[in-house]
Amino acid sequence: MADLTQQLQEQVLQARAQGQKLNIVGGGTKVFLGRAADPEAGTLSLAGHTGIVEYHPVELVMTVRAGTPIQDIEAALEEQGQALHFEPPRLGAASTIGGTLACNLSGPARPWSGSIRDQVLGIRLLNGKGEHLRFGGQVMKNVAGYDVSRLQAGAMGTLGVITEISLKVMPSPAATLTLVQDMAMDEAIAYMNRRAGEPKPLSGACWLDGRVYLRLSGARTAVEATAEQWGGEVLADGEDFWQRLRDLRHDFFADADAPLWRFSVNSTAPTPPLNGRWLIDWAGAQRWYLGRATLADLAPLAREAGGQVSLFRGGDRSGEVMHPQPEPLRAIQRRLKHAFDPDALFNPGRLYTWL
Amino acid sequence: MTSKPKVSKAELAEQFRAFIDPDFVITDDETLRPYECDGLAMYREMPMLVVLPETVAQVQRVMRICREHEVPVVARGAGTGLCAGAMPHKDGVVLSLAKFNRILDIDPLARTARLQPGVRNLAISEEAARYGLYYGPDPSSQIACTIGGNVAENSGGVHCLKYGLTVHNLLSVQMVTADGERVTLGSDGLDVCGMDLLALITGSEGLLGVVTEVKVKLLPRPEVAQVIMAGFDSVEKAGDAVGGIIAHGIIPGGLEMMDSHAIIAADDFAGAGYPREAKALLLCEVDGTREEVHEHIAEAEAVFRKLGATSIRTSQSEEERALLWKGRKSAFPAVGRISPDYYCMDGTIPRRHLARVLLAMEAMSKEFGLRVANVFHAGDGNLHPLILFDANVPGEFERTEAFGSRILALCVDVGGCITGEHGVGVEKIRQMAVQFNDLELQQFHDVKAAFDPSGILNPGKGVPTLKFCQEYRSLEHSHNTQESTDASHG
Repeated sequence: MADLTQQLQEQVLQARAQGQKLNIVGGGTKVFLGRAADPEAGTLSLAGHTGIVEYHPVELVMTVRAGTPIQDIEAALEEQGQALHFEPPRLGAASTIGGTLACNLSGPARPWSGSIRDQVLGIRLLNGKGEHLRFGGQVMKNVAGYDVSRLQAGAMGTLGVITEISLKVMPSPAATLTLVQDMAMDEAIAYMNRRAGEPKPLSGACWLDGRVYLRLSGARTAVEATAEQWGGEVLADGEDFWQRLRDLRHDFFADADAPLWRFSVNSTAPTPPLNGRWLIDWAGAQRWYLGRATLADLAPLAREAGGQVSLFRGGDRSGEVMHPQPEPLRAIQRRLKHAFDPDALFNPGRLYTWL
Repeated sequence: MTSKPKVSKAELAEQFRAFIDPDFVITDDETLRPYECDGLAMYREMPMLVVLPETVAQVQRVMRICREHEVPVVARGAGTGLCAGAMPHKDGVVLSLAKFNRILDIDPLARTARLQPGVRNLAISEEAARYGLYYGPDPSSQIACTIGGNVAENSGGVHCLKYGLTVHNLLSVQMVTADGERVTLGSDGLDVCGMDLLALITGSEGLLGVVTEVKVKLLPRPEVAQVIMAGFDSVEKAGDAVGGIIAHGIIPGGLEMMDSHAIIAADDFAGAGYPREAKALLLCEVDGTREEVHEHIAEAEAVFRKLGATSIRTSQSEEERALLWKGRKSAFPAVGRISPDYYCMDGTIPRRHLARVLLAMEAMSKEFGLRVANVFHAGDGNLHPLILFDANVPGEFERTEAFGSRILALCVDVGGCITGEHGVGVEKIRQMAVQFNDLELQQFHDVKAAFDPSGILNPGKGVPTLKFCQEYRSLEHSHNTQESTDASHG
């Protein structure tokens, strides 16, 4: 529980003065994401910058330092019957909230409860000039100024050092239940989308190894009535299934070296005809693929499916790992990078070769 | 962008008429007049000219021409905005998206709608209704406001706490940049690689690009919705009841509060049967499956009763639900009946400070000699104080603005912000200096320059110049430090 803001600010200013690049690191559980970190750059560690700054359960708002581990946040919320509804993956005990926002990672409930980006209300950010700035706030609605807080989601620290985050939190559901049935992949994609179109308390929809899993969460009577109406087998240890999915601990994810591709696409798109294994989450909107391929092969398929693809883990991380960007968007992102980090101190080349 | 454009009005009009129907390149004062303001009519400016293109390619050409000549461009939807964000620039072009009014596609299985920017908010839900779907954000202007404007303002509505703002309900936006390039931000997926540009441009008030197409998420229409109306004999008790509901684990679809002035005005206007003796009224709507609503309504009634509600009425039919909402939804015109003019503020506060803020506002009301009625999106802390005034009384509008300004400063003081959903525009540009310091404002200017290096998109709105802020802060400081008994100073 320490506020290292001043120390972090000094480190940034010093690095700037010395022309030293910085890799921003929290708990170090997401080092595999993005392109390989620049070995020449120094380390700016947020690991000690921890602690819950403010938590008002009745306001549904929590403000935390960016290096706070997800598990500490969840423990504090649980005491009040609340939770992070975007279900951040815990890739290790040290996974932090700052890294989760920088990488925009959310779990199985994402299509219904939103992503971490959706729940961010405000941040404090150290930019590349070492200025400690405050954007957004601690209230649900705030349209004063540009939404710099949500801009950070997915930026992987390339725009600055997130030091503090205010988040919307929500009550935990009273009841949860998982339905499972055998189904082929393509049929399951259509099925999950049809179910998602019904006004029922759906909070997870996943297909894996020939079975489709639906999670219901909410008022007990609503969950039970929906389960009866929809049918299917009730999975005995349903919550364990979703927790393992959330934390990428299923057998599907076991081989950490195998290239793992992530498609974020139209939930109804047909799955691209590729050899390999699939895991379909988010009712079809997030699709994990294990197989031999290159970004150049997969990007057109992702585009056809209405979305994008990235090399999430493993494989060659020296080239591009993110979906290619058209030139006008590259130009805007380069200029934005310059606007926040004029000397290109932070996470050089982590997101794209050209940023 | 303060220098005079390098091109005359006639030359510019001629260039536009080469590719846009000449009837829709407007240059005469009489036809320009309706464009001089948006929904905040106190702020007016006549534009140099107005164009109404009908294809994206035409929008791109308009932008390229304006970029070449450094002519300011103000994009405009239905003009229902409440912060003068669409007020024209006197040397600039108003780019009306009114002709982009088609719903391009609804995909019921994927639960999405692809829209031109000029589609009305309510029209989306009306069209989606045939599939049992609807569009979540429902600003009170939804009958007229457009989705393009909703993106520009990140519009909310009464259902935000549960269903989110515009930013939570978008999949992608096609935008024309200041250079006339067409780009797509977002995708059909729920996220894209890299920094979240879609979030950044949502709520950017037309300063970063011109929205030419929007894809939104649609939600399944809840099986049932019921509303509880609960009266309280104090604002504090009503505030505690809001906290009580949320502490109980219930997230209402809508949770609105009105103070006694608003209750009486709305009840006179709508005949909704509101408890006229109450000091505060809550409307708490619970929606979902039949079972869920049944369970939560019973629990919510119990919470209200326990926390001292003096009256409770729960809608037993769709007609009754509509009637109870009618008072709230007509609160603004209702207040309009008890005063020649009213000025709607839009601050947000952490809910726990509600009683303190309302009491301070009452004191200010006496100090400024102006009545104030309050409607409040209680679930998400968004206050809408309505200051009642008469524009025909000299000095009264200036006093109203000063009162409003003090309310917003108070919101910032208690940890809130100057605008929850109406935007900054011209109206609240001064108060930006209260909420942000110079380094933060400079960062905003740098963001703007990354999209619009020559500053032609909606100049003079959203983010104040630093020089302006310094002057404003020192002015405010001198006002706040003198013990003022003269309420009429600005």
